Amino acid sequence: MSNLLDVKGLNVTFPTIDGDVRASVDLNFEVNRGETLAIVGESGSGKSVSSLAIMGLHNKARTTITGEVFLHNKTGTTEIISASDEAVRRLRGKEMAMIFQDPMSSLHPYYSIGAQIAEAWLLHNDGNKKEGMARAIEMLDLVEIPSASKRAHEFPHQFSGGMRQRAMIAMALVNNPSLLIADEPTTALDVTVQAQILLLLQNMQKEFNMGVILITHDLGVVAEYADRVNVMYAGKIVEAADVEDLYYRSMHPYTLGLLRSIPRVDKIDDHRLQAIDGTPPSLINLPNACAFAPRCEYQSRVAGNLCTSDQPSLDVKANNHTSRCFLTIDQIAQVRA
Amino acid sequence: MLKYVLRRISISIIILILISATVFIIFNYLPFDPARLACGKHCTPDVIAGNRHRLGLDVNWWVQWWRFIVGLVSGRNFGEGAALIHCSAPAFGYSFTQHACVTTLLGQALPVTVSLAIGAFIMWLLLGITLGVISARFRNTWIDRMSTVFVLVGTSLPTFISGLLLLLFIVLKFNLISPLDLGTWHSPLHDPWGWFSSYFWPWLSLALIYAATYTRFTRSNVIETSSEDFIRTARAKGVSERKVLWKHTLRPALAPILTIAGLDFAGLLGGAIITEQIFQLPGLGRLTLQAVLQDYDLPVIVATTTLAAAFVVIANLIVDLAYALLDPRIRIS
Repeated sequence: MSNLLDVKGLNVTFPTIDGDVRASVDLNFEVNRGETLAIVGESGSGKSVSSLAIMGLHNKARTTITGEVFLHNKTGTTEIISASDEAVRRLRGKEMAMIFQDPMSSLHPYYSIGAQIAEAWLLHNDGNKKEGMARAIEMLDLVEIPSASKRAHEFPHQFSGGMRQRAMIAMALVNNPSLLIADEPTTALDVTVQAQILLLLQNMQKEFNMGVILITHDLGVVAEYADRVNVMYAGKIVEAADVEDLYYRSMHPYTLGLLRSIPRVDKIDDHRLQAIDGTPPSLINLPNACAFAPRCEYQSRVAGNLCTSDQPSLDVKANNHTSRCFLTIDQIAQVRA
Repeated sequence: MLKYVLRRISISIIILILISATVFIIFNYLPFDPARLACGKHCTPDVIAGNRHRLGLDVNWWVQWWRFIVGLVSGRNFGEGAALIHCSAPAFGYSFTQHACVTTLLGQALPVTVSLAIGAFIMWLLLGITLGVISARFRNTWIDRMSTVFVLVGTSLPTFISGLLLLLFIVLKFNLISPLDLGTWHSPLHDPWGWFSSYFWPWLSLALIYAATYTRFTRSNVIETSSEDFIRTARAKGVSERKVLWKHTLRPALAPILTIAGLDFAGLLGGAIITEQIFQLPGLGRLTLQAVLQDYDLPVIVATTTLAAAFVVIANLIVDLAYALLDPRIRIS
C-alpha cells in the first residue's frame, strides 16, 4: 500500500464576530491507496470541515486554513493548502472526488443525471458531449443502475434515494480518482439501501484501488468497512487506531461512550443503552483543558485537576494507536472492563 | 406535456370570458350614465332614451356582454339607417365621443404601448440581472454597496419625477432629442433609428424603476442558490468559478424571476399611464386616461380594461409554459 494523502498540522478556523471558531485543530493523519480511513464524531466535531479543506472547497475569504495536505497522485505530489485555486480545481473531480450526505440536494435539479456525469468527465478529458454521455452511461452501468442508457436522460427527481447516491458515486468515480471522500454517504438513505451503497463503495474501491475517507457517525458502518479510524471531538482527533483495536481496546473515554451507546443484538440483557451526558462544547474560546472533561465520568481518576487545567496531547498508547487522554493505559483498561 | 398545455390554454380562455363579464357587471353598476352625458345641456328624457338605445345600453348587462362577445367574433353594426356604422371583427365597440370603432383606436395606440413596453422590458432585464449578478458576485464590497444605492434611488423615484427630470435635462438642457420628436410615431420597420431614439428616454425612465427591483431580486436569488448543495457538488467536480456562476447558479436563480418578469411586462402592455402622459406617447394608457377623464367613453374603457386583463392572463400562460421548459421537475408532473 502506497501513501496517498498526508495531512500535517491541519487547522481550519472560521473567524466570527464572537471569536474564532476552531473547527479543526492540528489534524495529522494519512491515507494509503486501497485503504479506508473512517472519521467518526458527532455533529460539529470537525469531520466535514476538515475534508472540505482537503478538497479545497472552503471559501478562502471566510476561512483560515493552516497546515499541509499532500496528495500523492499518479503524476506527482501537490500540497493543497498552498497550491493555487486553479491547480486545486484541476485535481478536484480528477484525482480527488467527494460524495455527499443528501444525494437529492447534491444533484443539480435542472440537468439530467447523464449530463451531470458527462460534465464531470468533460472537465478533465478531451472529448465531445456524445463521448461524455457514453462515458456517463458506462459509469451508471458500473454502479448497477438498471437500463442505464435510458435512465441517463432522466432527472434527479425521477430517481429514488439509493439510485441518486449511486449516480453521485458514478459521477465521483468517472475520472478514476485516487482519493474518494464520502461524507456521510448513507445517512439520508433507508437502512436496507445503506448496506447496498456501502457494498458498492467497497467494490468500487477495490476496482479503482482508491483511498477512501469515510465520514460517518455510524460506528456499525465503521466496524464493517474501515481499516483505520480517527475519532474526533471538538475539532481534535481524540483517538486514532486500527479498527479492531478501536473496538476491542479503546483508549479514550469518549470512544468508550460512543461504543456503549450502540444497541447490541448479540448481548441480550436488561440494561438500558448508555448515553454520554451533556452536549459538545462550543468551539469558540475553548478553555485550556480537555474538551471532553465536563462530560467524562472518569475525570476523578486522574490525579489533581489535570483534566480541567491542562490539555492532553495525542500520545501513542500502543502500536499504531494514539489517544488524547490523561488516563494511563492501565486505568483505561480498568474502565473498559 | 401536450395535455398540460391544452389544459392551461382552456383554463386561460375560461378566465378571459369571466373577466370580460366582470368588466360589464362593474360598469353596469357605476354611478354615471353615458346616455345622459352624451346628451349635453338641453336634454329631454326622450333624447336620453334615444341615446341609450343608440349606445346599446337599454338592455341588461348580460345582453350587452353577449353582443360584445359576438362583435369580437363576427363584427358589429352601430346606429341605424343612414347613420349605420359597421365595425368589422374583432369589434370592441364604437366610441361615440371619438366617432371611431374602438378597434381602430386600439390599433393606433397598441404599437406605441408595445414599443414602449418591449424596449423598457429588455432594458430593465439587462440592467437588473447584470447588476444583480455583479453585486451577488462581489457581495459586501463597495460594488455591491453602489448597486444598493442605485436600487434605493431607482425604487424611491416615481416615474413622474424621474421622467420629468429626464425630460428637463435630456430634452430641454442638452437637446439630445427634439421636443417635437416626442410622441411622433416612427415605425420600427421603416425608421428603426427614429423609433429607437424617440423611445429611448421613456424606456429608460420606466426601466429604472423596474431594474432596481430586479437587481435586488437577482442578487438575493443568486446568493441563495450559491449556497445550495448542488453548487458544492459542481465545485467538487472541478467546475471553474465562472461556470459555477453562469451555468449552475444562474439558471435556477433566474427561473423565479421569469414569473415576475412576465407579469410585469403584461402589466405594462395594458398601458403605462404616467410615462405615456409625461412623454406624450399616444398609447393605451393615454387612451384609457382620456376616456375616463374627458367623457366617460364607456366602450373604450371596457376595451382597454379587458385587453389589459387579457395580456396578464396570456403572459401568465406563456410564463407557465416557459417555466416548464426551464425546470424539468415541472415538465414531467
